Amino acid sequence: MTAPGRALGGAPTAAITADRVVKVFRNQVVLQDLDLEVQPREIASLIGPSGCGKSTLLRLISGLERDYGGRLGVAGRDVTGPRREVGFMFQEPRLLPWLNVRDNVALGLPPAKRRNGGELVHRLLAQVHLEGVGGSLPRQLSGGMAQRVALARALAAEPEVLLLDEPFSAVDALTRMSLQDLLLRIWQRTRITMLLVTHDLDEALYLSDRVMVMSGRPATRADAIAIDLPRPRDRRDPELARLRVELMDALHIAGVDRATQGGDA
Amino acid sequence: MVYAAILPSSLLATRAPARPRGASPWLAGIVPLAVVGAWLATTSVARVFPAHQLPSPWQVLATAGELARGGELWRHVAASLSRIAAGFAVGATAAVVAGTLVGLSRTVETLIDPTLQVVRNVPSLAWVPFLLLWMGIDEAPKIALIAIGGFFPVYLNLVTGIRNVDRKLLEVGAVFGLTPFEQVRRIVWPSALPYLLAGLRIGIGQSWLFLVAAELIASTRGLGYLLIDGQATARPDLMLVGILALAGLGKLSDAGLRRIERRVLGWSDAFEGR
Repeated sequence: MTAPGRALGGAPTAAITADRVVKVFRNQVVLQDLDLEVQPREIASLIGPSGCGKSTLLRLISGLERDYGGRLGVAGRDVTGPRREVGFMFQEPRLLPWLNVRDNVALGLPPAKRRNGGELVHRLLAQVHLEGVGGSLPRQLSGGMAQRVALARALAAEPEVLLLDEPFSAVDALTRMSLQDLLLRIWQRTRITMLLVTHDLDEALYLSDRVMVMSGRPATRADAIAIDLPRPRDRRDPELARLRVELMDALHIAGVDRATQGGDA
Repeated sequence: MVYAAILPSSLLATRAPARPRGASPWLAGIVPLAVVGAWLATTSVARVFPAHQLPSPWQVLATAGELARGGELWRHVAASLSRIAAGFAVGATAAVVAGTLVGLSRTVETLIDPTLQVVRNVPSLAWVPFLLLWMGIDEAPKIALIAIGGFFPVYLNLVTGIRNVDRKLLEVGAVFGLTPFEQVRRIVWPSALPYLLAGLRIGIGQSWLFLVAAELIASTRGLGYLLIDGQATARPDLMLVGILALAGLGKLSDAGLRRIERRVLGWSDAFEGR
């Protein structure tokens, strides 16, 4: 049951569907007729050359970015704006600096659970191994801890789909690995559908059921490579190394050599 | 799995809450002491200035004691304080409402901000005759004038503060489905709070300014009246008692706001001076 989603047919049950999505930024076409599907309970990664529009796609799916052509559906509905069912983890923790950790997590709770949410918040903090810091302010946290609080806050909203925009790119390598393991354990417990944008091939390979490689700007395709390995995976698995080569090849075809200019869209 | 056992509490930087540090508080006493010293030297010791121009500190103290014992001083202080409280409450509340709406909406800004900027440039005293005409010589025109004085610094600072709210935090609010009002209450206002508090501090100073303007012109009570009374009866000691009381109360109201500022901005990670 953990091998969903290789069939890129038009299954109506998909958690995320992009159908010929077009996005134009100031007369620049970023996404051109892009199709993509993520199955329920799947972890899918999006990689691609810098500026290929993968973050833009993720923000479109979240509803934070508007005005697109084509069709976008997530958690059973067309995207018209942000929704509680669709969680988002940003590259930075984006905690509210005036709230302590507990209140920051409580911000994510559904309105009905905000009152008497203390027990829930406590459990969420335990899930991300931060039991002791509920009363601390964000400025007192290390980068990795702050990102774990952000993860707890995202989970507090009980999303059906969690979108992650390079969520571990700002922390050191060791912290990143521990955060990846944490994310996997949470996925094993909750089976939330996850779509992850990342620059880190190893991260994509370690976490995902499927890695989608977006073509260069404007992105017209997202070719998927299935990672059919059981989890937890061994980061040193030679099969992962083989898949990594495959990904590199796909990226070169996608034009990573040419796309050296500029930041990420 | 192995890496997940990072213990949170041990990694916590134990940082004391924001508090000014560095320079000794005694430094603040040097200038006032020097001023009082010069005052003593030129009145009691050397008599450079005649008493009908500048009475000695002892004379002013004696007058203050007399007024205090007779209850007159407290009556003036209470009158001025209640005017400030009412006027500033009205002005600051209106400023928070207007500043929030203008800060959030370009449409509202275009609609009312140009007009407010014109009104802001009317000198305080220019309002007085008109307010007296409309509201009589009772408390109402004084409170209105103080409200006008307190309004603008709060309004301007809040608008600036709201325009400086981090767009990224508003996205967080959107992702978690906060309603527009919740966004304002939970993200916009707390973000703009440092600006709002700075505005309140300037605003309360302005309110004192406008209070004296109001009391100088039409009043039978209040510290401004004490100044006028001193002028009419040629008693500079009365004026100085009024001036010192205004200075003390102004400083107290500012210090109160500063305390609130320090308490509610304890989360801030900003530079605090060396």
